[in-house]
Amino acid sequence: MANLTTDFIGIKSPNPFWLASAPPTDKEYNVRRAFKAGWGGVVWKTLGSEGPPVVNVNGPRYGAIWGADRRLLGLINIELITDRPLDVNLREIKAVKRDYKDRAMIISLMVPCDEQSWKDILLHVEDTEADGVELNFGCPHGMAERGMGGAVGQVPEYIEMITRWCKMHTRMPVIVKLTPNISDIRKPAEAAKRGGADAVSLINTINSITSVNLDSFAPEPMIDGKGTHGGYCGPAVKPIALNMVAEIARSRDTHGLPISGIGGITTWRDAAGFMALGAGNVQVCTAVMTYGFKIVQEMISGLSDYMDGKGMASTAELVGRAVPNVTDWQYLNLNYVTKAQISQTDCIKCGRCYAACEDTSHQAISMSADRVFEVMEDECVACNLCINVCPVDNCITMVEMPKGAVDPRTGTKVGDYANWTTHPNNPSVAAE
Amino acid sequence: MSNSQLTPGVVPGRLPAKAYDANFADVIAPYDRHEAQVASDRCYFCHDAPCITACPTSIDIPLFIRQIATGTPDAAAKTIFAQNILGGMCARVCPTEQLCEEACVREAAEGKPVEIGRLQRFATDGLMAKAKHPFTRAVATGKRVAVVGAGPAGLACAHRMALLGHDVVIYDARPKPGGLNEFGIATYKTTDDFAQREVDWLLKIGGIKIETGKALGGTLSLEGLKSSYDAVFLGIGLGGVNALRSDGEDKANVLDAVDFISDLRQSTNKSQLPIGRDVVVIGGGMTAVDAAVQSKLLGAENVTIVYRRDQAKMSASPYEQGHATSAGVRIICNAMPVAVHGNGTVREVEFAYSQDTDTGLKPSAETFRLRADQVFKAIGQTLDDAPSGLALAGGKIAITAAGRTSLPGIWAGGDCASGGNDLTVTAVAEGRDAAMDIHASLMGAVR
Ligand SMILES: Cc1cc2nc3c(=O)[nH]c(=O)nc-3n(C[C@H](O)[C@H](O)[C@H](O)COP(=O)(O)OP(=O)(O)OC[C@H]3O[C@@H](n4cnc5c(N)ncnc54)[C@H](O)[C@@H]3O)c2cc1C
Ligand SMILES: Cc1cc2nc3c(=O)[nH]c(=O)nc-3n(C[C@H](O)[C@H](O)[C@H](O)COP(=O)(O)O)c2cc1C
Ligand code: SF4
Repeated sequence: MANLTTDFIGIKSPNPFWLASAPPTDKEYNVRRAFKAGWGGVVWKTLGSEGPPVVNVNGPRYGAIWGADRRLLGLINIELITDRPLDVNLREIKAVKRDYKDRAMIISLMVPCDEQSWKDILLHVEDTEADGVELNFGCPHGMAERGMGGAVGQVPEYIEMITRWCKMHTRMPVIVKLTPNISDIRKPAEAAKRGGADAVSLINTINSITSVNLDSFAPEPMIDGKGTHGGYCGPAVKPIALNMVAEIARSRDTHGLPISGIGGITTWRDAAGFMALGAGNVQVCTAVMTYGFKIVQEMISGLSDYMDGKGMASTAELVGRAVPNVTDWQYLNLNYVTKAQISQTDCIKCGRCYAACEDTSHQAISMSADRVFEVMEDECVACNLCINVCPVDNCITMVEMPKGAVDPRTGTKVGDYANWTTHPNNPSVAAE
Repeated sequence: MSNSQLTPGVVPGRLPAKAYDANFADVIAPYDRHEAQVASDRCYFCHDAPCITACPTSIDIPLFIRQIATGTPDAAAKTIFAQNILGGMCARVCPTEQLCEEACVREAAEGKPVEIGRLQRFATDGLMAKAKHPFTRAVATGKRVAVVGAGPAGLACAHRMALLGHDVVIYDARPKPGGLNEFGIATYKTTDDFAQREVDWLLKIGGIKIETGKALGGTLSLEGLKSSYDAVFLGIGLGGVNALRSDGEDKANVLDAVDFISDLRQSTNKSQLPIGRDVVVIGGGMTAVDAAVQSKLLGAENVTIVYRRDQAKMSASPYEQGHATSAGVRIICNAMPVAVHGNGTVREVEFAYSQDTDTGLKPSAETFRLRADQVFKAIGQTLDDAPSGLALAGGKIAITAAGRTSLPGIWAGGDCASGGNDLTVTAVAEGRDAAMDIHASLMGAVR
């Protein structure tokens, strides 16, 4: 079995699977259950300043969207940071860490935007023997209205400033958690790096409204006839998170900055994907809120089997493996030609590929009277839509045309690598 | 040969040659990858899942199904084998409709459970096809354990003992290991010599020697085993069968169903097996159903199961009963045999209608006769000649929850032991659990 031990910015954990700062990590009881189940580390639910804790709504704080069979695909919440007293949280953190020295214990923090507040809270957490802190610059609702969380995360200068304060006032590693509610994720990441952050973690939740109640005419989740936007997470946000992780991993200015990947991770495959795109470890929230802590067993067995199969001895060999292959559109090989091919033995004759291609794409699939569906290679542009809508996994596949073969659609020979930067239709090429 | 279903008497080759292969092929086809994907997707990953509780070996079903769903069927197989080393056979033979699948919450919700048995087969078949055995033995303990009986109970016990570092010798009276997996289970549930392939695969753990043709009570004695081994496990199953106790039971072609099935399982050419045109099976359990269905598959024209109580009391599950009737078997309930007629060879069986009353089963005066070229008795197996010195309970070897018998140093499990429900999976659980108790006692914990 592959060795899943990870060293993330000097913080060791038996596996790369951490729980993200959220309800699953809000108290000792949950965290002990999580560690018992096998989680490698936790980021404790965000702590605020000393004094009366924040309050939460007393009606529904979550909403969800579902796929077929009522599979939860996206979760929305309007919860704030911890609503339990600071000293209780600190005491519990210390107690759990004492019993689980081999697991990572990170404390998430969010306090007002002044140096003293950060200095004070860091002093408080020092005593817990936690392994690091995570600065929550992401929470998109409630706290942002008070000038914290997402409100800070959208201003790179604030990120840099607070990160610098924190590095000054603690010896613990500092992880900066980024909000996705921004147009260019590289900017806050660069700011965190300039401020001296040891790592960034992303993504926090995405601004969203679950649905609208069509009788009360208010957004869901609805509190006494009103609703507010909340934070979206779960499987549906994974592609957004993956892109943001990749952007930071491949950007010249932030390349090499350690990343803790978060967003929609539900299976070992999701986790491996984040890691290949540069995440040194991953954090999970919605998946455990949907299925319980036990899913970590599948993550552990799945990742280790995968690594064994690939001959990888440590997670470090996986981290970043896909980063060199993330590029800009303009560098994609325009002479890479493929054609869809339908396996007649696997085809169940539903006709979805036909509807998709005929109505919305390139009219490249033929249908016979007895429902045989075939790709017409002289029309197929290889867009992949038929594969994406086919209910049978692997029934339609893309077959690469060998170099030198004639593409029946264009009548031209498949040539060597050539991209947009040298393409005759590119106006900037013509201008030269 | 030109026999047909209508040929009188007991003759082979009633069907066209190629019909036999089709008839005795897998009754439930294995899943392909796509089917397994779709089926695994239906699992809700329930908390403290009822299916786990319903499985006598407590396989972590939601976990293994999630491992299939996430594309790691080998990890799924390891999850299964860690609890049940005969998970491959159990996937084929367990009455899942009365075990895990009955407990599935989707059975409650939609009357359509997640198909756990087939998913289990998908995972285990995949891993077993690979060269490497998934487990390695602990460091050798130097302890030696004797296992008597190479059926599911004995094999499960032996594998767990070997895994824990002990050396095991299995003795079995029969010429081949496997117990009823090899000689009992219906052919269409375990095709392609699976029982032997599974034993071979299981033995890859190392540290287990099988000696066939050696019977306790024959060349072996309990005393002898006790003195040469550190512990003894008995998994000898049920060797005897109940008698009908009706007139004419000794006529020719009145046979024990288990013997008929055993011959069938060992035959390599089913077209050479003689079968009656009219077959009557007496009994109401899995053995009765298997004998009846396989008679039909061999080409018998009329096959009838006759059971003495209400249909609801048949120990064969409604699913098994449905399997029989859809194969063309007729089931008659509330009738008990009173006489077997015929001139040296059975020609007819006479039954009395019976009533299941609070004070027992009562035959009525009214009787009827069924034509029969062959009669198969399937009215239950018994433990004949239990090794002496062992306390019995309900006609079986009395054991504790951990499998201990009344004699120190001797454990037992499976069909021969008290409690249990005469299922393969229960035999596996009892063999495994006894091994854990033997291990604890050999390694110094209190016995
Ligand atoms: C016809 C039939 C169909 C069945 N179908 C199913 C089914 O579909 N699903 C299911 O779950 N269960 C089924 N069962 C029940 C299942 O086969 C048994 O519960 C299970 O095999 C019991 O395992 P065991 O190891 O206790 O005994 P067995 O499988 O009976 O094995 C006992 C072994 O001990 C050996 N032995 C016996 N006496 C001695 C001795 N004195 N010395 C040395 N060796 C000895 C025997 O040769 C045999 O190999 C069926 C049973 C029968 C008879
Ligand atoms: C109910 C809820 C509360 C959350 N609270 C916090 C929080 O206090 N601090 C924080 O940094 N992130 C918080 N998050 C965001 C998660 O830590 C995580 O970044 C996000 O849910 C994306 O991961 P996921 O798709 O695995 O859920 C919360 C998420 C949820 C669902
Ligand atoms: S999960 Fe259900 S029962 Fe538990 S607190 Fe929330 S609403 Fe109440």
